[in-house]
Amino acid sequence: MKSLRIGTGAGFSGDRIEPAVDLAARGELDYLVFECLAERTIALAQQARRADPEAGYDPLLERRMRAVLPARGANGPRIVSNMGAANPLAAARKTQEIARELGLRGLKIAAVTGDDVLAAVEGSQLELLETGGTVRGLGRPLLSANAYIGAAPIVAALEAGADIVLTGRAADPALYLAPLVHAFGWAMDDWPLLGRGTLVGHLMECGGQITGGYFADPGFKDVADLARLGFPIAEVEADGSAIITKLAGTGGAVTEATCKEQLLYEVHDPAAYLQPDVIADFSGVEIAAEGPDRVRISGGSGRARTGTLKVSLGYVDSHVGEGQISYAGPGAEARGRLALEILRERIAKGPVPYLETRGELIGVDAILGGSSSGAHEAREVRVRFAARASTAEDARLVADEVESLYLNGPAAGGGVTRQVREIVGILSTLIPETEVSPALTLMES
Amino acid sequence: MLLRDIAHSRTGDKGNISNVSVIAYEMANWPLIEAEVTPERLRAHLAWLEIGEIERFALPRLGALNFVLHGALKGGVTRSLALDAHGKCLSSALLDMEIAGPA
Repeated sequence: MKSLRIGTGAGFSGDRIEPAVDLAARGELDYLVFECLAERTIALAQQARRADPEAGYDPLLERRMRAVLPARGANGPRIVSNMGAANPLAAARKTQEIARELGLRGLKIAAVTGDDVLAAVEGSQLELLETGGTVRGLGRPLLSANAYIGAAPIVAALEAGADIVLTGRAADPALYLAPLVHAFGWAMDDWPLLGRGTLVGHLMECGGQITGGYFADPGFKDVADLARLGFPIAEVEADGSAIITKLAGTGGAVTEATCKEQLLYEVHDPAAYLQPDVIADFSGVEIAAEGPDRVRISGGSGRARTGTLKVSLGYVDSHVGEGQISYAGPGAEARGRLALEILRERIAKGPVPYLETRGELIGVDAILGGSSSGAHEAREVRVRFAARASTAEDARLVADEVESLYLNGPAAGGGVTRQVREIVGILSTLIPETEVSPALTLMES
Repeated sequence: MLLRDIAHSRTGDKGNISNVSVIAYEMANWPLIEAEVTPERLRAHLAWLEIGEIERFALPRLGALNFVLHGALKGGVTRSLALDAHGKCLSSALLDMEIAGPA
């Protein structure tokens, strides 16, 4: 069988749209995959769904579909995406509505549900992976509990003829593995093949991060035309080996170096990349350039899956208030430090018992902890002061303290910004895969 | 010389754990990188992070190391008060490490 061409249409929820349109129109793709869900995103999406039962899917779904569906034409690539977020059914209904408006009739749209395991997890004795203790012991209501589901329900949707598959919390690489399993008829217990398919998914899931995005370092790693960065294409063989490439005429670069950086991105033990379908093994991977913007990936493997699924839990943790103010010219750093001293004293002697505070000078010690300061005096600094509080109201008082430095602090401070944000904490637990039952709903435009 | 002269790097994050790759531009420099960039030197170079356990994985075929830095993100991406809560800047900070190169 010929190789399968899969393109990446998005590597995160806010990603650029026109590279996906370009791929849909002239990529000669079999599949276009949009990965749009971060750990925190699904908890926020659950909050949105509680406020509005037809909300809770990706906020850019509508814009993406309106741009991509006309570009893909009648026989364009099939689309797989986790843009369903907390509400795949509503996402599918919205997509159906958009397709009809665009005059695209007869598109089969599938929603994959069943990743929402809140009812089973809330108040349970399941152990929290990061902190120890149990879900019940957390003592806070959960906003969301979503299991990372694997490729199988997506494969079922493709076998049912879906042109567009919308999931919630599917594992990112599974969005890519599923089309490979479907096209090549891979068995769901052929661990080396599932490992290689997962490898392809892992390399592709962050979009531009393998085509020269998040890579350029002028003078060391130069990348041409980043403003027109092309998103990646994988040409995958039936044995799971692949070429990573991109469309001619787009910006960026696919090189051995871009592929190596992405291979290890967010990986811990390269021999044990835990996924719902397989434990993928990247330790023997070989990466070799075959031509301009064409890199061959081989040597991936895998072994039997664990039988448990990771569940991402969202909860309201706290509120953080933050204020910033700038100082410039001679003595800027000294005035910035004086501002921080004033803030620390006011917070310490004030009425609110903050849970945690952090003060720093952006440009001096905010990122590198002061390890590089002292080399020369900064001519402009930005004071940043943040504090964690139980309530939004208390958090706001911190930001107000920074603003009050205008009239009451060191000389010539300017450009105050203030921010208060609700902190959605994320923790994880594991549940047996047998306790999660994905389901499929098909509709037609 | 600096590690930056012979290697490139990318940081990833999962919860309160950061991972940082160190990848040789030229395979000829891989033995030097493998010998010099130890968990102990990384801990000293990024001392302000107060990292917990450090794991190091070697991928000799790729000329790459992968470091897993436990407890490096001040409570993790979603909770941290840090400006760079993801620790995305750590890769560049690591490349600033002095390496005993050939004279």
